[in-house]
Amino acid sequence: AGARGCAGVWRRAWQRGAGGPASARRGQRAVACNTRGGAVPAGKSGLTPWVPVVGLEIHAQISSNSKLFSGSQVQFAAPPNSLVSFFDASLPGTLPVLNRRCVEAAVMTGLALNCSINKKSLFDRKHYFYADLPAGYQITQQRVPIAVNGSLSYSLCIDNKMSQMVTKTVRIKQIQLEQDSGKSLHDDTRSQTLVDLNRAGVGLMEVVMEPDMCCGEEAAAAVRELQLILQTLGSSQAVMAEGQLRVDANVSVHHPGEPYGVRTEVKNINSIRFLAKAVDYEIQRQIGELENGGTILNETRAFDSKLGCTVPMRDKEGKQDYRFMPEPNLPPLILYDAKSLPANMNHQQVVNIDWIHERLPDLPSVKRAKLVECYGILPEHSFTLLNEEGLTEFFENVVKQTQMKPKKVIGWILNDLLGYLKQHSLTVKESPVSSFLLADLLNLLEKNEISSTAAKQVLVELWKGEGKTPLQIVKEKKLELVQDQKELEQICQAVMDRQENEVIMMVLG
Amino acid sequence: QKVTVEVLDHLEHLALVDFRDAEGVERLQKAIEFANQLHEVNTEGVEPMDSVLEDRCLYLREDDATEGNCTKELLKNAREKVEEYFVAPPGNIPLPKLEERDTFLQGS
Repeated sequence: AGARGCAGVWRRAWQRGAGGPASARRGQRAVACNTRGGAVPAGKSGLTPWVPVVGLEIHAQISSNSKLFSGSQVQFAAPPNSLVSFFDASLPGTLPVLNRRCVEAAVMTGLALNCSINKKSLFDRKHYFYADLPAGYQITQQRVPIAVNGSLSYSLCIDNKMSQMVTKTVRIKQIQLEQDSGKSLHDDTRSQTLVDLNRAGVGLMEVVMEPDMCCGEEAAAAVRELQLILQTLGSSQAVMAEGQLRVDANVSVHHPGEPYGVRTEVKNINSIRFLAKAVDYEIQRQIGELENGGTILNETRAFDSKLGCTVPMRDKEGKQDYRFMPEPNLPPLILYDAKSLPANMNHQQVVNIDWIHERLPDLPSVKRAKLVECYGILPEHSFTLLNEEGLTEFFENVVKQTQMKPKKVIGWILNDLLGYLKQHSLTVKESPVSSFLLADLLNLLEKNEISSTAAKQVLVELWKGEGKTPLQIVKEKKLELVQDQKELEQICQAVMDRQENEVIMMVLG
Repeated sequence: QKVTVEVLDHLEHLALVDFRDAEGVERLQKAIEFANQLHEVNTEGVEPMDSVLEDRCLYLREDDATEGNCTKELLKNAREKVEEYFVAPPGNIPLPKLEERDTFLQGS
């Protein structure tokens, strides 16, 4: 409970120690964490503050029909080992053949994240033994990945009400193409592991973010924005629950001005909410450990969502030596642009970076800006619209069908509609109230045929999804506003006649 | 320069090879000496080549699902299976530490 985000972490640290504001000394990081909101409470003197450092490694499954190096189908939930080719099972004599669509997905993503696309990138083998890695190595891009040096901008709200948003940026170190591994199901009762290779060889984009973040909230916001970008591009469906987006967090803490502390890697984070929790827990755990005179081990920890804590992971045999070597079966991947386009090459064999760039859809940040400009809504409104699948479309449909100004419509969308959907755990698609019905209702309100209060009552009825129109409900419940002047006078007079004493009191002031 | 016991032990852990005896280690030593002859070549100003395929065109395949659906055939290779899953030990079984295993490397 209490303080959220970075401000929260800092305040807890302050309670342990003395301090000036965080801005005093920022250490070697490109982006420092700012304390937000309110005065920093005075703390005990003697102990110095902590600077948490958070970096993320994100694996996004590429949205494609077939795998990265083989023609097996990519599909969630299929009979075990049915989507596996001889190459995926690493049978001798098989060779990798690169999927063009995966290359395009990585280029699109690199461009959307402001990266430099490497016109020549290389594939390597990363060796380690595990039952779900039949070849004993993973084909990845360790030396020269397909894209480098990008950035991702994301927004955070300073307070709970979303009335003040601040934009932050995290640097993207690189994006690389690599194979996914199969899935291991641990059967502890029979002391065995069941292996399903359906996922083995599926294309992944690993997005490596520099450690520019400082708390769970920042990490969560960055990942959410990345998720929206990937979904907008279509390069990945990025659904965390289906393992299409996996996030590992690297966390460390240090005192301002001192070198970075030992970092731990936190895995097994299954949702954006848990990401924030896992990161914040780990920061607190490390601070606690160090303040008690302990040390941080450079280890891998798993997040336990039930207990809300991180625990050391089993099966870690100390520091791994992956013995990287160039993948001997794949020549360098060459990409072209308008200038370097070869004259007489088969079209299908050419990936043109400029061609892809020209066809990039509007990214979320652009869509938000357009919504704000077009409809006069607030920036924070545009965030909420984009954050909910189908909500923007719903909003725009209502606006099209009503005379009510978008600035007024947005309130009904974000408060009433969205509030109801959230309460009942419904998606926009599942809404019993269509954009048509809502527009109909808002028109009655706009024409002053009903009051705002009455409109809310009608909405409650509409949620029941009984197929009645707003007008029918208004008539049924007699919610029409009285327009007739004479009738209004009669009503007022009747009220005053009944409450003579109160009227006298009011007149006397 | 002789390859140290630490490196040999490390290799045995990583690659699960077994040098077995002095002859095995000697063979490794000779292989390294043979490869080290590369250092005698002056490569100043020459870009490293890591594949003889470097001038070849990397073929790009169309994104069509054309393979798979051979579960039965693949499982023929499995010593043990449960329904249609391959069966493996519960986790990696790492090689015991040098002091704890019976290897000729101990004596070196």
